[in-house]
Amino acid sequence: TSGILVCEAGCILENLDSFLENEGFMMPLDLGAKGSCQIGGNVSTNAGGIRLLRYGSLHGNVLGLEVVLANGTVLDMLGTLRKDNTGYSLKHLFIGSEGSLGIITKVSILTPSRLSATNVAFLACEDYLNCQRLLLEAKRTLGEILSAFEFLDNHSMDMVSTHLEGVRNPLSSSLHNFYVLIETTGSNESSDKEKLDTFLMQSMEGGLISDGVVAQDINQASSFWRIREGIAEASMKAGAVYKYDLSFPVKMLYKIVEEIRQRLGNSAKVIGYGHLGDGNLHLNILTDSYDNNDILSKIEPFVYEWTSEHHGSISAEHGLGMMKADKIHYSKSAETVRLMVCLKNMMDPNGIMNPYKVLPSF
Amino acid sequence: MKIMVSMKRVIDYAVKIRVKADKTGVETTNVKMSMNPFCEIALEEALRIKESGGASEVVAVSIGPPKSADTLRTALAMGADRAVHVTTTAPTVYPLTVSKILSALADVEKPGLLILGKQAIDDDCNQTGQMVAGLLRWPQGTFASKVVLDKEKQEVTVEREVDGGLETVCLSLPAVITTDLRLNQPRYATLPNIMKAKSKVIKKVTPEELNVEINTDLEVLQVTEPPKRKAGVILSSVDELIDKLANEARVL
Repeated sequence: TSGILVCEAGCILENLDSFLENEGFMMPLDLGAKGSCQIGGNVSTNAGGIRLLRYGSLHGNVLGLEVVLANGTVLDMLGTLRKDNTGYSLKHLFIGSEGSLGIITKVSILTPSRLSATNVAFLACEDYLNCQRLLLEAKRTLGEILSAFEFLDNHSMDMVSTHLEGVRNPLSSSLHNFYVLIETTGSNESSDKEKLDTFLMQSMEGGLISDGVVAQDINQASSFWRIREGIAEASMKAGAVYKYDLSFPVKMLYKIVEEIRQRLGNSAKVIGYGHLGDGNLHLNILTDSYDNNDILSKIEPFVYEWTSEHHGSISAEHGLGMMKADKIHYSKSAETVRLMVCLKNMMDPNGIMNPYKVLPSF
Repeated sequence: MKIMVSMKRVIDYAVKIRVKADKTGVETTNVKMSMNPFCEIALEEALRIKESGGASEVVAVSIGPPKSADTLRTALAMGADRAVHVTTTAPTVYPLTVSKILSALADVEKPGLLILGKQAIDDDCNQTGQMVAGLLRWPQGTFASKVVLDKEKQEVTVEREVDGGLETVCLSLPAVITTDLRLNQPRYATLPNIMKAKSKVIKKVTPEELNVEINTDLEVLQVTEPPKRKAGVILSSVDELIDKLANEARVL
């Protein structure tokens, strides 16, 4: 009844969500891999997903953790209190540190009420500027019922409709440059629908959207989500993929896609999509095979340098792991990294917790 | 020619159904409701016939309490020209009553075609279409997987999905058609149509005005879940198998 769930780290996200469904609650995060990912992993990587816009990040939802440290100490910080300002909030150290400071064994998480009224609309915008304006308008007009705001460019749409079975563009009557998926979740079906209709009507009259459809049942809603969630899968079928997960101020989010597209010309297909509501871009560059080193040299370090210059993050939600550990300086200052190294050395002097990851190896 | 399409508001097909603790029915509070999928297909077929010049108007009809109007609004957003809501206070209206109401409405509206879904996914009755045709004394093409209208001859050719395969029947208008899954893939409600739907009319009518009495000739005694599947048993010998088949399963 409190909505606070305590579970072990190995529980699969989808199973937790199904369990909560029976009680009238839901997990505050949702991602494509929900059928196989475990909550311990989600927390240690501070997973984002499609609902972050509405429910916030795990830093806000996780109330407590049980962690095992490098020296074998079992740290019980498994509180279930909503408010507890006693001392340093150490749990945040373990959320997102990818297991490099300790292993999460239990999680105590705040779960929101499962509201029954969901609406999904799939819209078309002529340019990126309109996508941004639409986001602003959505936050203002839909307010508290807005639960997701995702975008994809027409190249992404092409990719998904070509490579995935049974996926069709609901707005295929004419060509559009950008597509936006908006989801609202609330407690009152009719008032939510009215709010959405008003928002859509105003946006259409204001020229923000050039076309759109509204899902009339759960099946249609799922088919819209399939388009957005299927892009990663479709990319893999296309051949070799170079993936970048970047975050920027919303204004310049799409600029990097255009820059890379110009840089690579005909040698690769460049697609951009992602959690526009959170300022998170997924940039995928597709070629026939990984053998072409020329492509990689044209992409890196340009994409990291560009991101750094524009004060973005080189890894919005996917983390650093091993591949990007030495790229941390593009998004964090030297002093910040030094303090991180100090913490790491203090908590894991023998370097046994996920070595070579997150921080550059010196 | 006018086409009348009847639709029912049911629990969304993708929802996990739960039986109420008191066994009087299934849980409907806070559960997503949508237009019955077969009714959606019926409406889509009507719209396609109209768009190819076969009909001048598509009228959507629904019977039930105030919330039934939601499905009518969806129908208007998909492209129906106008809608009629037969308001009832009873939470459930059974097929025979529905059929009587629809045939009374057909006498008023005089459509050339009455298209319905083959069955509703909540009761799976598969009765209304057939009963209406009987009451109106109109020909019927049920389980339609293909519909071809011949306006000049005032005939409609319907390919039906039957147990043995496909059966083709030719019906003279006016006729009743019930739709099956493979007939078409319904369109999405596009924004321009959603906006146009705001100015379309939903006319309210009572069963009394149609001279139909709401008879609850059916009474639901109990609703339970199907028995849980029992685990299989591994037997040690053929003799044991024969014994179980004879004494437990009673098939020998």
